[in-house]
Amino acid sequence: MPDVILRKTAFSIEEIFHEGGPISSNPPRRAAAIAIIENPFAGRYEADIQGFMEDLKPLGLKLATRLVEMLGGADQIEGYGKGSLVGEAGELEHGALWHAPGGYAMRELLNDSSAIVPSSKKVSGVGSRLDVPITHINASYVRSHFDSMEVGLNDAPKANEMALILVMSTGARVHNRAGGLAAQDIAGKDGLR
Amino acid sequence: MTLKIRKIAVNIEETHREIGREISPATRKAVAVAVIENPFAGRYEEDLTVLMDIGAELGTLLGRKCVEALGITPAQAQSYGKSAMVGENGELEHAAAILHPKLGAPLRAEVEKGAALVASSKKMGSPGQVLDVPLGHKDAAYVRSHFDGIEVRLNDAPRANEIMVAVAVTDSGRPLPRVGGLTHGDAVGNDGLK
Repeated sequence: MPDVILRKTAFSIEEIFHEGGPISSNPPRRAAAIAIIENPFAGRYEADIQGFMEDLKPLGLKLATRLVEMLGGADQIEGYGKGSLVGEAGELEHGALWHAPGGYAMRELLNDSSAIVPSSKKVSGVGSRLDVPITHINASYVRSHFDSMEVGLNDAPKANEMALILVMSTGARVHNRAGGLAAQDIAGKDGLR
Repeated sequence: MTLKIRKIAVNIEETHREIGREISPATRKAVAVAVIENPFAGRYEEDLTVLMDIGAELGTLLGRKCVEALGITPAQAQSYGKSAMVGENGELEHAAAILHPKLGAPLRAEVEKGAALVASSKKMGSPGQVLDVPLGHKDAAYVRSHFDGIEVRLNDAPRANEIMVAVAVTDSGRPLPRVGGLTHGDAVGNDGLK
């Protein structure tokens, strides 16, 4: 399979102190990592693409490691998500190659992360934005942790590129009060509750 | 009235390749943004001292966030810039009050020296709008390789009663500079220009 040719990496971190309500004593943080790589399948239909997932594994681990560092360690992280933007010479299926290397990289670094990593993907042009969903790492039904982070770069993805994205968060929405399963009440066995 | 911050965001961009050529070491830019309450939203206030003082606090805070995000010493910073976007209940002058009288000196302390004018931009805006922060060399404004910019936007800011304040710092110029002019290596950096 082809090499991973990296043009750019970008990282964002947000710290949210309040949203019109009381100032949080432990402000939630969320961070995103984006890698802009060449799409090795751009411009043609290629039937056999799965081998590229293996090639993406080191990149997944690199991005996930950086996010964990930015947020102060694996024990800080309670939510995650992933996504991809595929430049216009590619197809949606190319973005799906990020599921395994992106998701498993995060779960490898995070303890008690049995929940599925939520994701979004689309084909789009330079400057487009992706809303990457975020849910609790160990129990998908934890309502307080449903969130998202908008990511994108003004100069990517070019037609022959893909943007591969990972997102992590340190806690619930800043003024979460919509009920549902609470993080402290999860059983944490099935990844759901 | 003091500084009331709703959120802070820090972005870093690293360019490893440009037009097919490897960039080693990668060029790197950071931008830090604070979303603050506008104490004068919805009314005309003659005396903008409060915003000037807020600017001083943000010069330190945001400058330091950028330097930390890049993982560099203050002396390794090469260029900088500052910008503000005011939500719809404010006025453009609020951005000027934050950016110009007092933000520069504490920012310069965070990047060491900073003899050159800090490039700036300002605008009125709404949640999700783009703020382009101009970049120029921190000690010699004529260094041509370091004229650049970095875009920042937040989907939820600035709300009508808010102001988004951004500071950008780099440890490098453009990835493949070749339009001549004064270079980083040849800059003297005493007068802020050459």
